[in-house]
Amino acid sequence: MQQSSGAQPIVEIRSLWFGYDPARPVLRDINLEIPRGSVVGIMGQSGCGKTTLLRVIMGALRPSKGEARVLGQLTNALDVQGLYAMRRKMGMLFQFGALFTDMSVYENVAFPLREHVALPEDLLNDLVTMKLNAVGLRGAAHLAPTELSGGMARRVALARSIALDPQLMLYDEPFTGLDPISFGVIVRLIRELNDSLGATSIIVTHDVQEALGVVDYVYFMAAGRVIAQGSPDEIRRSAEPFVRQFVNGSSDGPVPFHYPAPGYDADLELAAS
Amino acid sequence: MRVADVRARLERLGSGVTFHVLRLGFASRFLGYLVVHSGTALRRFRLTMAQVYFAGVLSLIIILVSGMFVGMVLALQGYETLQRFGASESLGVLVALSLVRELGPVVAGLLFASRAGSAITAEIGLMKATEQLSAMEMMAVDPIARVVAPRFWGGFISMPLLAALFSAMGIFGGYVVGVQLIGVDAGAFWSQMQAAVDLRNDILNGVIKSVVFGIAVTWIAVYEGYDAPPTAEGVSRATTRTVVTSSLAILFLDFILTALMFTGGNHQ
Repeated sequence: MQQSSGAQPIVEIRSLWFGYDPARPVLRDINLEIPRGSVVGIMGQSGCGKTTLLRVIMGALRPSKGEARVLGQLTNALDVQGLYAMRRKMGMLFQFGALFTDMSVYENVAFPLREHVALPEDLLNDLVTMKLNAVGLRGAAHLAPTELSGGMARRVALARSIALDPQLMLYDEPFTGLDPISFGVIVRLIRELNDSLGATSIIVTHDVQEALGVVDYVYFMAAGRVIAQGSPDEIRRSAEPFVRQFVNGSSDGPVPFHYPAPGYDADLELAAS
Repeated sequence: MRVADVRARLERLGSGVTFHVLRLGFASRFLGYLVVHSGTALRRFRLTMAQVYFAGVLSLIIILVSGMFVGMVLALQGYETLQRFGASESLGVLVALSLVRELGPVVAGLLFASRAGSAITAEIGLMKATEQLSAMEMMAVDPIARVVAPRFWGGFISMPLLAALFSAMGIFGGYVVGVQLIGVDAGAFWSQMQAAVDLRNDILNGVIKSVVFGIAVTWIAVYEGYDAPPTAEGVSRATTRTVVTSSLAILFLDFILTALMFTGGNHQ
């Protein structure tokens, strides 16, 4: 993505390769730039490597080749302390929220503040209340995570991930399993929180139609490579067959309907009869 | 048997041994890392105390009831044997030494592994499966320091206390059956026990055993939970492995410790 200003991108990935087994790379020659203040989508089919790319960006995986520069730091070279220092400036929303089930909603949101900042209890209470109010769940502070719906749990997790006012927000499949109302709420919150915090957001998702409505720029991945990129309108108009199949939700195309299998006749033993 | 079959069996045996040695190595490194990163658990001691409640206080009922019954059975069986030799007044000694030296630490350890060890493994395994540990790492909080270490130290503190309570309850059970029901003289029961049970050789050695069992059980429990594949089946298998491995470890360590403590003429 081209920079709108001369500022350094918040995430910069150059010729990045990654594989658990060097002979079978999961990510192949990835190049991308994510400018500050933007909401960027990384889209593609399940298993295309987009979550792996997110894990490389958060520093959970080290590139096999190439480099990943996040918040101005080369993640390849960071030790555990450096990684944790970098992550204090990041927030992440997990697919199903990953709330701590032994804590109330309030304590979940207070958790990063208690762990990292020595605040007086009344100030901490104000901050937690403000974060919960931002996601519309101030009244649910006393509830346990098991008492929340999927959409509410996602919003509490969002409040927890913005507790330390992160510069970079990462969303891993934030729309999965949400009803239309919860989905609309999450979409609005991602945009509003990004703009009000002055943060940058990366959304990894396969919910293409939904995500195209909220992102500024899209990287489309298939088989570990970025095969297309552009604004949401450019992606909608893309002539790339894979992107077209994905955007239109066609059951057959470059991604076949059938998993590779021997001949149907042979499986049904028709030749023998 | 063909040569190929023998070779295949040897290969399977070799890979099995290698796998378990590697696992023991990983578990040892895990324990080392855990101990080095225990600052949070010890500095914010209420995190550890919450686990003492979870692993210790909530195990009290099973420990106390079991201790009582074990002591009662010991008194019944012991009296039956002792009276043949006219030594029924030594019932208190038999009950106390059996419990303090052996049954207290061992049976309390086995119960602790089943009640608290399995719960610790399941809890950590489920936290991993539901990405709670990953979420913690993403918040720049080390899950080993914040989640695992308090559970380890909670178990470490709880186990000797539970073993002591088990033994105390067992002695009380022995008293109820031996003195109150059978009619052994109460003075002989208590005074012979007091004279024969040695603080260092019996009680302290029993405490050492329970500390060692506590370390073994909680180490196995936290490692199995942390290492569990993040699936329902993975957590279920890890929980089972905790109970089986802990129980075998307790019995094996008990043999080694007993051999070291009570043989070689170091006991009066």
